[in-house]
Amino acid sequence: MRKENMMAEIADKNIAAPEVETAERRPLPRWVITTVSVGCLVGFWEIFGRDINPVFGSYPSAIAVAFWELLKAGTLWKALLESLQPFVVGYLLAIVIGIPLGLVIGRFRTAEAALGIYVTAGYAMPLVALVPLLILWLGLGFKVKVSVIFLMALFPICINTWLGVIAVPKTLIEVGKSFVAPNHVILRRIVLPATLPYIMAGVRLAVGRAVVAMVIAEFFTTISGLGAVIINSANNFDTATMFVPIILLMLMAIGLNSLIGYVERKVAPWQAEIAGRERE
Amino acid sequence: MGEVTFHDVSKRFALRVDGQVHHVQALDRINFTVRDGEIVALIGPSGCGKTTALRVAMGLDASTGGRVTVDGREVHGCGHDRGMVFQHAELLPWLSALQNVMFGLEMKGLRGGELRDTAEKYLALVGLSDSQNRRPHQLSGGMKQRVGIARALAIDPKVLLMDEPFGALDAQTREALQAELLDIHARTGKTIIFVTHDLDEAVLIADRIVVMRGGKVHDIMTVPLPRPRGDLVDVRGTHEFAETRYKVWRDLHEDESVVH
Repeated sequence: MRKENMMAEIADKNIAAPEVETAERRPLPRWVITTVSVGCLVGFWEIFGRDINPVFGSYPSAIAVAFWELLKAGTLWKALLESLQPFVVGYLLAIVIGIPLGLVIGRFRTAEAALGIYVTAGYAMPLVALVPLLILWLGLGFKVKVSVIFLMALFPICINTWLGVIAVPKTLIEVGKSFVAPNHVILRRIVLPATLPYIMAGVRLAVGRAVVAMVIAEFFTTISGLGAVIINSANNFDTATMFVPIILLMLMAIGLNSLIGYVERKVAPWQAEIAGRERE
Repeated sequence: MGEVTFHDVSKRFALRVDGQVHHVQALDRINFTVRDGEIVALIGPSGCGKTTALRVAMGLDASTGGRVTVDGREVHGCGHDRGMVFQHAELLPWLSALQNVMFGLEMKGLRGGELRDTAEKYLALVGLSDSQNRRPHQLSGGMKQRVGIARALAIDPKVLLMDEPFGALDAQTREALQAELLDIHARTGKTIIFVTHDLDEAVLIADRIVVMRGGKVHDIMTVPLPRPRGDLVDVRGTHEFAETRYKVWRDLHEDESVVH
């Protein structure tokens, strides 16, 4: 019976004008799905979080109140600004150095043989363990924070760029060669644009690592910024306040990620046009 | 001028398969001369060395023996005297059609208005003036290859080297581009060497056909068709076309009947 129906349907479709087909359901916009997902999470947290001892956990409305208190007192802005300075410097430095380094390592076999091993090893470096040493070298201030953030962000950017260069089709480089393009022109005008999607992926991955590095630096060097807010409120068993900078940092990472996505669409518009966004 | 001569050109590859090194003789002392303004097709079964010969002439691969000369000058690496048309066009995806043509010209040292004017002129030559701002993914396969041809022609090389330029296109587009290539040749008089596995294409377009087998030049055949060829559909109906096509076919299949 059901099969017959289907057959009839198929037959109908074949006969019917094609515009009937276009009346398909429009999929839910992505932001709606994301909002529902976040709403559910926050809702559950609010309901079940209230039953927990406020020292061991917190819940969204209590965190919102603590957020408002910190904002009113001016602590949050001051802390955020303190944190952002080394973050921006370290992160940008990682981009400015990581991309050319990755390009050179990927393109020249001598550079790859000489430097690739440090980059691979550096990615797995237990940086927290090295912080005391960095303090001995650079003191407790701004410089050491920048260097911790830089070291954490550098390697994902560099490695991704390197892998991207390896993935550049040989024929595109031969196009450059066939027109007698010198090596540096091939690097800048063929390899770099062809590698951009990889570079941007590395730059995105580095955001998360840089945020973690920033908090690590604030914990282990001069206690300052958002890290200080976390430590101080944790020491006072003020769990709700402790969550404020943590959530703020995660929001910041999300914001940065979409900013990078925006920049990517600006600098590599062809990529968005070629890459299939058709997904289930 | 644009005379290309292969002097005893050999090419050996070391190929590692399952840990064992095999030596492949891709080219085994090949000798032939392509005269100025001539169109020569390199044809043969896959692995016969036809593409390798073209790449050595372009300077993308180095020969392991012998030499290739263009107007008596030995080829060492790529040069602006030779223009390469790649099998899949190989346009730079982040550049528009016009910018792709300009890329080659910039490498030759052109700047400013001259650069743009020249690029536009050659895009017009392949009939793509209206699509000059499109990026490669917004072009059809045939249009991409037209841009590829314009890019190679724009630098005004002595020789155009084409590696199965129409092999990836559908039959109709291929026929249109074959006619266009002959038209471009009539207008520019360039020496053209092209690799193909398509018998019809070789006979329709070339003045001479170099049949390659096992890294050697097996036979060189002159196509007894007049130039200009005129309507290619009519050419296909001529007795000379059929006869030459059959000769080349037999060349390619010789000995096989004995083996099987």
